[in-house]
Amino acid sequence: MPSSVLWAVDLFGRVHTLSTTGQYWEPCRDAQLEFKRVSATTACCWGIACDNQVYVFVCASEVPIRRREEAYENQRWNPMSGFCEKLLPSDRWPWSDVSGLQPRPLDGVALPSPHWEWESDWYVDENFGGEPTEKGGWTYAIDFPATYTRDKKWNSCVRRRKWIRYRRYKSRDAWAKIPSKDDPKQLPDPFNDLSVGGWEITEEPVGRLSVWAVSLQGKVWYREDVSHANPEGSLWSLVDCPGEVAQISCGPHDLLWAVLWEGPALVREGINRNNPQGSAWSIVEPPGPDSGILHVSVGVSVVWAVTKDQKVWFRRGVNSHNPRGTGWIEMVGEMTMVNVGLNDQVWGISCEDRALYFRQGVTPSELSGKTWTAIVAGRECDRSYSGSSSSLLSAGCFFGDEVRGGGDSAPSDSDASSEVERLGPEHPLSVEPGDKSRSAGPGPSRTEAGAVQDTCPAQGSGEAAQVSGLHRQPGPAELPWTNIDLKEPPKGPSCPAASFPQPTGLCSLGLLGMEEPCGAADHPLWAWVSGGGCAVEAGSVLKWFSVQSGLSPSVQTLSLSITPAQTAAWRKQIFQQLTERTKRELENFRHYEQAVEQSVWVKTGALQWWCDWKPHKWVDVRVALEQFTGHDGARDSILFIYYVVHEEKKYLHVFLNEVTALVPVLNEAKHSFALYTPERTRQRWPVRLAAATEQDMNDWLALLSLSCCESRRVQGRPSSQALWFSPDLEAGEHLLPCDQMFWRQMGGHLRLVEANSQGVVWGIGYDHTAWVYTGGYGGGCFQGLASSTSNIYTQSDVKSVHIYENQRWNPVTGYTSRGLPTDRYMWSDASGLQECTKANTKLPSPQWTWVSDWAVDFSIAGGTDPEGWQYASDFPASYHGYKTMKDFVRRRCWARKCKLVTSGPWLEVAPIALGDVSIIPESTPDDRRRHSIALWAVSDKGDVLCRLGVSQLNPAGSSWLHVGTDQPFTSISIGACYQVWAVARDGSAFYRGSVSPAKPAGDCWYHIPPPAKQRLLQVSVGQTSVFALDENGNLWYRAGITPSYPQGSSWEHVSNNVRRVSVGPLDQVWVIADKVQGSHSLSRGTVCHRTGVQPHEPRGQGWDYGIGGGWDHISVRANATRAARGACRAQEPSAAQEAPGPVCC
Amino acid sequence: MTDDKDVLRDVWFGRIPTCFTLCQDEITEREAEPYYNFPEKDLLHCPSKDAIEAHFMSCMKEADALKHKSQVINEMQKKDHKQLWMGLQNDRFDQFWAINRKLMEYPAEESGFRYIPFRIYQTTTERPFIQKLFRPVAADGQLHTLGDLLKEVCPSAIAPEDGGKKNQVMIHGIEPMLETPLQWLSEHLSYPDNFLHISIIPQPTD
Repeated sequence: MPSSVLWAVDLFGRVHTLSTTGQYWEPCRDAQLEFKRVSATTACCWGIACDNQVYVFVCASEVPIRRREEAYENQRWNPMSGFCEKLLPSDRWPWSDVSGLQPRPLDGVALPSPHWEWESDWYVDENFGGEPTEKGGWTYAIDFPATYTRDKKWNSCVRRRKWIRYRRYKSRDAWAKIPSKDDPKQLPDPFNDLSVGGWEITEEPVGRLSVWAVSLQGKVWYREDVSHANPEGSLWSLVDCPGEVAQISCGPHDLLWAVLWEGPALVREGINRNNPQGSAWSIVEPPGPDSGILHVSVGVSVVWAVTKDQKVWFRRGVNSHNPRGTGWIEMVGEMTMVNVGLNDQVWGISCEDRALYFRQGVTPSELSGKTWTAIVAGRECDRSYSGSSSSLLSAGCFFGDEVRGGGDSAPSDSDASSEVERLGPEHPLSVEPGDKSRSAGPGPSRTEAGAVQDTCPAQGSGEAAQVSGLHRQPGPAELPWTNIDLKEPPKGPSCPAASFPQPTGLCSLGLLGMEEPCGAADHPLWAWVSGGGCAVEAGSVLKWFSVQSGLSPSVQTLSLSITPAQTAAWRKQIFQQLTERTKRELENFRHYEQAVEQSVWVKTGALQWWCDWKPHKWVDVRVALEQFTGHDGARDSILFIYYVVHEEKKYLHVFLNEVTALVPVLNEAKHSFALYTPERTRQRWPVRLAAATEQDMNDWLALLSLSCCESRRVQGRPSSQALWFSPDLEAGEHLLPCDQMFWRQMGGHLRLVEANSQGVVWGIGYDHTAWVYTGGYGGGCFQGLASSTSNIYTQSDVKSVHIYENQRWNPVTGYTSRGLPTDRYMWSDASGLQECTKANTKLPSPQWTWVSDWAVDFSIAGGTDPEGWQYASDFPASYHGYKTMKDFVRRRCWARKCKLVTSGPWLEVAPIALGDVSIIPESTPDDRRRHSIALWAVSDKGDVLCRLGVSQLNPAGSSWLHVGTDQPFTSISIGACYQVWAVARDGSAFYRGSVSPAKPAGDCWYHIPPPAKQRLLQVSVGQTSVFALDENGNLWYRAGITPSYPQGSSWEHVSNNVRRVSVGPLDQVWVIADKVQGSHSLSRGTVCHRTGVQPHEPRGQGWDYGIGGGWDHISVRANATRAARGACRAQEPSAAQEAPGPVCC
Repeated sequence: MTDDKDVLRDVWFGRIPTCFTLCQDEITEREAEPYYNFPEKDLLHCPSKDAIEAHFMSCMKEADALKHKSQVINEMQKKDHKQLWMGLQNDRFDQFWAINRKLMEYPAEESGFRYIPFRIYQTTTERPFIQKLFRPVAADGQLHTLGDLLKEVCPSAIAPEDGGKKNQVMIHGIEPMLETPLQWLSEHLSYPDNFLHISIIPQPTD
């Protein structure tokens, strides 16, 4: 779980963030400004500062925000001087935008705001639809608005070329003022409130946000064009509303509520992806006639409100279809404000003590939560206090009683005073730094200082008086807190000790330090909170609350630090005694032989088996797994399958040490799995067994897998030379590396995985999260059986389940859900063969849970109309996103997200989501020592990234280096000699020049056109050879690559029906192929290996088919042993494979 | 072979593990009785394996009721319970501990279990075992030790009335120091049923 932050503003206007994994409030990095309000998202935070201007804080990321500016240079041919800038009077401007309607001279293109900077100068774009123009970027046409071609023809009278330049947003991790250069007449009056949301309405453009603001006059403004690439938006537009609005709140989805000055609430209706501004307001009455609404906050499907009498209300029955909800429910607690964050989690600021509260127990089923829990995280600057401890702990003990007395006089909670017990004595260590940065608590009044004196015993009182005197000048010097309507400072004495002079007696310091944590450090006073960027999973553990009830840490440090010797003594004694006991009870009998030498252990069960004879069908069988221990202590197992054929009892047996792979196959109604042996792989006929329940199947799989590992003596982490696969299984939470061509299952759930020979393994989940392999094994369904205990972490993945709504046109009613009798189901899967309604569509497996509701998916290939429909002349056909006369059917895709939480030896690499990753397969030992391992990736948005600091010890690396490109990329691969090849979204390939250990990012891209009329999808680079895959499943080999000309000369066709290719460091070629001959229903996704690959014949000769069924991704890039050359055949696990320990295949 | 008396003696005393095979004539169709001469007076004669399992699980549940108000064990699934038992039965520690580990955890904001599940057995009295509610942490935040526990619930164990005979406090056949924190003992020296079984044995005289 990556950490995210909660934003809050204290009474002095200082912005703080609190990480979900942290325990301390950290002051905002750009602390120049004081803020009134903030509204956060995961990537940025909008705020209204004390100057009533709007600012945006864009969080730093390793991927820059780049915007491309384009300008076209237009020329016309004339007989005198050829092509020149002299155009006809009716022509467009010599320098124009793409349409030619607007003039656009290069030097006239200005940066939109001071927060942008140019990345480079203007340059000509040579790339024309994936093809290089090679003629200075010129494209030719007969006349101006026309289609342009690469080639100059006899009738080409005009030409144009595209100039591009990138600008980059530079004000990251800083508050950037939103320029208000709008029309002075329309200049909005000072803003009063602001809310950011709407990021779930649509994914186009990336990172789109709805920013709503309310001015002092009660007008509502909407910021246009705010997105990831344009964090500032373009302009404010006024939204009409029926009254004067006081406050507004925008949820992540289509919920938008506002509060009128008089007390009722306004609900915006008609917000959808085509109209994120919504269309109309409707009024919701407040809970009671006397209790007007003061503040409202909305989430995805919740609305919380605070009324003028500070009561908190929860709106019942709110959802997308009914944004108004049905009724108010009063909640406990009195708050000045509440804020709803991600996952509909709720924070509030109590009106009594201005403390921050988190609503615990908010789950999708119980959106109102259970209790308010105070967040008592300290501030960043207080860390020194609790950090270095222990040396003076005994002193803390000594003063304990007196401290308690002090705690009573300041009637807070006793927890705080016990906190003091711990914090107090350390105070002398760090008075100065703490004082400088803090000054946060409310300034102490005269009486409070007196209170300190009262509680101090005699020897301390003199000092205290001195303190309160001293305190006057430096204390809250920066900020007089005049304008804050706090009734009373709830925690009395606060800062006096802060400015305490250093060289005083220990005891008095301890005493004076005591009050401080209650007032200043322990309890900041909050004015505003925003959880829009704070992802708290329901049920996750936060460290925010532990300080409060944290008697234990102090106790533990106390007991441990006081008696370290004792601790050691009792421990040592126990271990010593246990050792002696073992010796006494076992050692003397060691020389006796084992009474029972062979243990036989049998598990039996009933499964179904896909029978060998025709007609093939599932037959009920009894199975028994017999495990026995041989004389040499090795375990071996046999799986017996007892069946009845023609009333004759028969059985078949499988030696588990011969099993090469165990593959769960969940693509049918059955919970089945396939068992491969060398013989069975050759026959393309695995033993297929099905269990009654998934649970049952997992038990069998885990047990069989364990037995296989035992009989092959495969233990621990897989060899770094293993092959890594990820299957395309519906419920796949499986990942199998290959040990001696024995496929072993790992915990975890990934879409693709890449490895190198040094054991660095990265994977990418279906939700584009990047994961790095930790070196553990097990997890997932192996829980408790064969897992390593360390290095197993929680892993989650999110994917979408798609169903299709189909409609047919008829002349009377237009498109309806009434089809022809021969038509497919009106709700179906993509193929139309299965009926899939919203109600009956089930999760891929019980391990998944739904995390969203059904929503129309607009992102499917071919485009859609505004309502998500795709049209075609008939089912099944190619669909397009607009309606024509010939279209009689239409469909639209509905998606619903589901989430899997499992465990596996994987750690997340936050925060950038990836689309593809590639690790240099092999580097020389010399390189290995001196340089980090080269790793390149493509983010889910298409940015090319280069990972720095990757090594065997630190496989996750340290940071990303962004590599600029002219268009989004989709696939990347780095070869053994630092050749980086990539595929762009337009289907052409790129080669990165001069990548070396010293220059990890290289210098420039060389454009390589794709094979004629094909769009490339994936590329893989081995030691020297480069293979690429196009959209239609063709595999291409790049010919003519030489060290002096690494780009190569042409593409040569190798094979078709290939889904995925992986070229190893020895140029070995492995693919996942479809439609392999001779295999049966499992044929989709067979693992194949190219035979006859020789240095002079890098394309190889033929295919060698391996295990079939359901594979989606393969990586052989870790496999670098020379000996592998001959023996690398999926079907023939040779004798060498039985060798103990994982040897590479 | 049987003439060799020494070998026979070794077999007799179990020093040589032996597998006896019955002669064909000795085999009867009658169901073998698992135990004869079962010491009914001293041991509880469980009617079946299920009864043992049920007893074991009820001990587990009782222990967790003390430690976590039964929250942990109730959140487990049936298969987890089964795995605990199967792990114990088949002597597979990993299998057992994978589940039992969860029973040994406690919330980070607390410094131990709610109460320590323990039973104290005394050889000198006829009384059944002692079991009381006892917290691992004192009100002042100090961790309770084994000594504290005995002082509270069984003072006679550490300070015998007559002052003469000293007692041994045994767990797992060893004598941990009385200063050992009880929470640590409960986490690390509990028996498979999650109880800390403490035996008070008179010091052997020799």
